[in-house]
Amino acid sequence: MNEFPDAPDTARRMILKGAVAGGLAGLGFGSFPFPAYAAADAKEWPADAFKQKSEADVLKALYGKTAEASDKISLDAPEIAENGAVVPIAVTSTLPKVTAIAILVLNNPNVLAAAYKIPEGTEALVSNRLKMAKTSKVVAVVESNGKLYSAAKEVKVTVGGCGG
Amino acid sequence: MSSTIRIKAVASGGTTQVQSLIRHPMDSGFLKDKKGKLIPAHHIEVLQFKHGGKTVFTAFWGPAVSKDPYVKFKFKGGKKGDELKVSWVDNKGASDSLMAKIQ
Repeated sequence: MNEFPDAPDTARRMILKGAVAGGLAGLGFGSFPFPAYAAADAKEWPADAFKQKSEADVLKALYGKTAEASDKISLDAPEIAENGAVVPIAVTSTLPKVTAIAILVLNNPNVLAAAYKIPEGTEALVSNRLKMAKTSKVVAVVESNGKLYSAAKEVKVTVGGCGG
Repeated sequence: MSSTIRIKAVASGGTTQVQSLIRHPMDSGFLKDKKGKLIPAHHIEVLQFKHGGKTVFTAFWGPAVSKDPYVKFKFKGGKKGDELKVSWVDNKGASDSLMAKIQ
């Protein structure tokens, strides 16, 4: 007697599912024969950190620790941003073994704007464009050798970028 | 169907500089439409770059990243002709990906 009467059926279903998934992936990515291409995964997104209202809570949610000020972080942001919807901000650091960079806008409704993972071999450098609701301190946080460091700069916003 | 992803990756002196621009509304969730109704947040959550099977950069973005987001980074290695895979997924489950060649 077959102890697992369902087994062949289940296996067939799994194969079918796989075929469907593969077929869909094939449609989406034309040139890829297998769905082996691991794409950006929303499960990795740190949802909790993006809900926090203070710098300390963001850092706790993201890294589970606090940051100390460092002059080895360069935070390049305008003194005055005429359009709060598009504020160019760049962060670089000369700290060793940098594994993460986060950018916080303290007066935004949710403080965390962007967090980056920096694998080995990637430079401690990121440049992006953020929205600012109003004049605020912008904080760059860098994880180096397992410790957190930060640098801050005040950016004046003449027209807010988060709503009317 | 044109891709939402534009990318320029240039190898120079053993380092590759990547600049990418993505077409996305990045709605903050705080803006109202013409009828005064709140437009729900709609933003990219994860953006990933892979070179030779290795993830070289991952961005986690919230709704405070500007519309049609731009990002720049640099990684060691990479040479002209190498493939760079870019992919993103947003909070509504939409996604896009692109295979680009390093220049």
